[in-house]
Amino acid sequence: MLLEKIFYSVGRYFLLLKSAVARPERFSMYYKETMRQMDAIGVGSVFIVILISVFIGMVTAVQFADQLGDSFVPSYYIGYIVRDITIIEMAPTITCLVLAGKVGSNLAAEIGGMRQKEHIDAMEIMGVNTAAYLIMPKIVAAVIVIPLLVAISAFISIIGGYIATVLPGTISHTEYVLGLRSFFVPRYVFMMFVKASVFAFLLTSVSCYLGYYVKGGSIELGQASTNAVVISNVLILLFDFIIALLLT
Amino acid sequence: MIRTENITKTFGSNEVLKGITTEFYAGKPNLIIGSSGAGKTVLLKLLIGLFTPTSGKVFYGDTDLYALNPKELRVIRMKVGMLFQGNALFDSMTVGENIRFPMDMFTKMTAQEKRKRVDECLEMVNMEGINDRFPSEVSGGMQKRVGIARAMVLEPEYLFCDEPNSGLDPQTSILIDELICDLTNRNNITTVINTHDMNSVMGIGDNIILLKNGLIAWHGNKSQVLESDNQVLEDFIFASPFLRRLRADALKQRSNG
Repeated sequence: MLLEKIFYSVGRYFLLLKSAVARPERFSMYYKETMRQMDAIGVGSVFIVILISVFIGMVTAVQFADQLGDSFVPSYYIGYIVRDITIIEMAPTITCLVLAGKVGSNLAAEIGGMRQKEHIDAMEIMGVNTAAYLIMPKIVAAVIVIPLLVAISAFISIIGGYIATVLPGTISHTEYVLGLRSFFVPRYVFMMFVKASVFAFLLTSVSCYLGYYVKGGSIELGQASTNAVVISNVLILLFDFIIALLLT
Repeated sequence: MIRTENITKTFGSNEVLKGITTEFYAGKPNLIIGSSGAGKTVLLKLLIGLFTPTSGKVFYGDTDLYALNPKELRVIRMKVGMLFQGNALFDSMTVGENIRFPMDMFTKMTAQEKRKRVDECLEMVNMEGINDRFPSEVSGGMQKRVGIARAMVLEPEYLFCDEPNSGLDPQTSILIDELICDLTNRNNITTVINTHDMNSVMGIGDNIILLKNGLIAWHGNKSQVLESDNQVLEDFIFASPFLRRLRADALKQRSNG
């Protein structure tokens, strides 16, 4: 029964995505909606991304400095480790997990609310391809904006690491910067953007799907919103593992 | 004209419509009436294509609605306007933007032409000058009128109204009925109204279909309502003792000459 439900949902999810990939009725309307979503998802999330990123960097640096202790590992490794952990894992994954909570629940509630208030039916009757108009601009906006947020997150995390280790005097400015500039692998940046783009697609498409097919009243809308966060988070972690396997 | 052929609709084990064959004429209001749960909204949604029938067909003129692919269906839908029970106005848009939305989506009209058309539509429903207000800033009756204006903006051939009088006071209800009736006659639209408002039935019911338990229990017009001895119609229309007494008095007066 559960397996049947999962197959049904996955099938319906792909069918919805198929209908969402359609030629826009009017390109300017889709463009306008995409810009609006970029503003909502991107600009609206900058503050929270900066906030969590500072702490990610600070915690990573402090923990690693503690692990190093009096070992023979050079202390400039702190900068190197903070940079790589941030780029490979922390910035894309933690940022997208947080965005799944903020953006995902918001998208599911927005589209679900439109379903319940018959806005989607009204658009359908006008002849609008609602799957395309309501979902595609959100996915496009997220896939453009979330990798940029992740890049900001990586940058801020590294600054966070600096604040937590250089300012209290754990290591010097020169050592931290030396660490940042050591053993740099450009492929990791590519991996960060791949992860960010895949996670952005997952969290928006899954949240939109759950909102689009919501039935019932406010309780069901709340459940859809919660499920959007939970399922997006699980999928983000699953695909984090898959991408790590494929790209390392 | 819209025609249905033996439409049935089943949800799980619940057969809501059990074979509806009827016609909805152009240029006059067609009313679907019946008590709650009779299948009115399901029939209306089947007519528009928001539900798929379990069996049967719906024809718009000679076009079988359910034989169309999604692209062809969207072309038909561009000829359709609908007034929803809850109005379905987009909350984040102003009244003017709500009415303009179908034009933005489907026409290449200039901004000035769109503005002019929005003003015309608002004038048509006697709501001039509220373009910049949000739906939440106007009353329920005004929202209904805005809903009608939006439904009429692309000059539809078919107009569907789902309980247009629900939640309105009797005076506003009559105004909305008159407005729909006037637009229907003037533009020769096929209008289908789903209602259980008795004023509407007796005021604009040129073609009335009474549903009960998923079947057509009675089919006629407003002038046939009083004379009909159909028990289902009588139970539905004259449900209140007050109306029963009025009807008895009217029939008595008529028989006395």
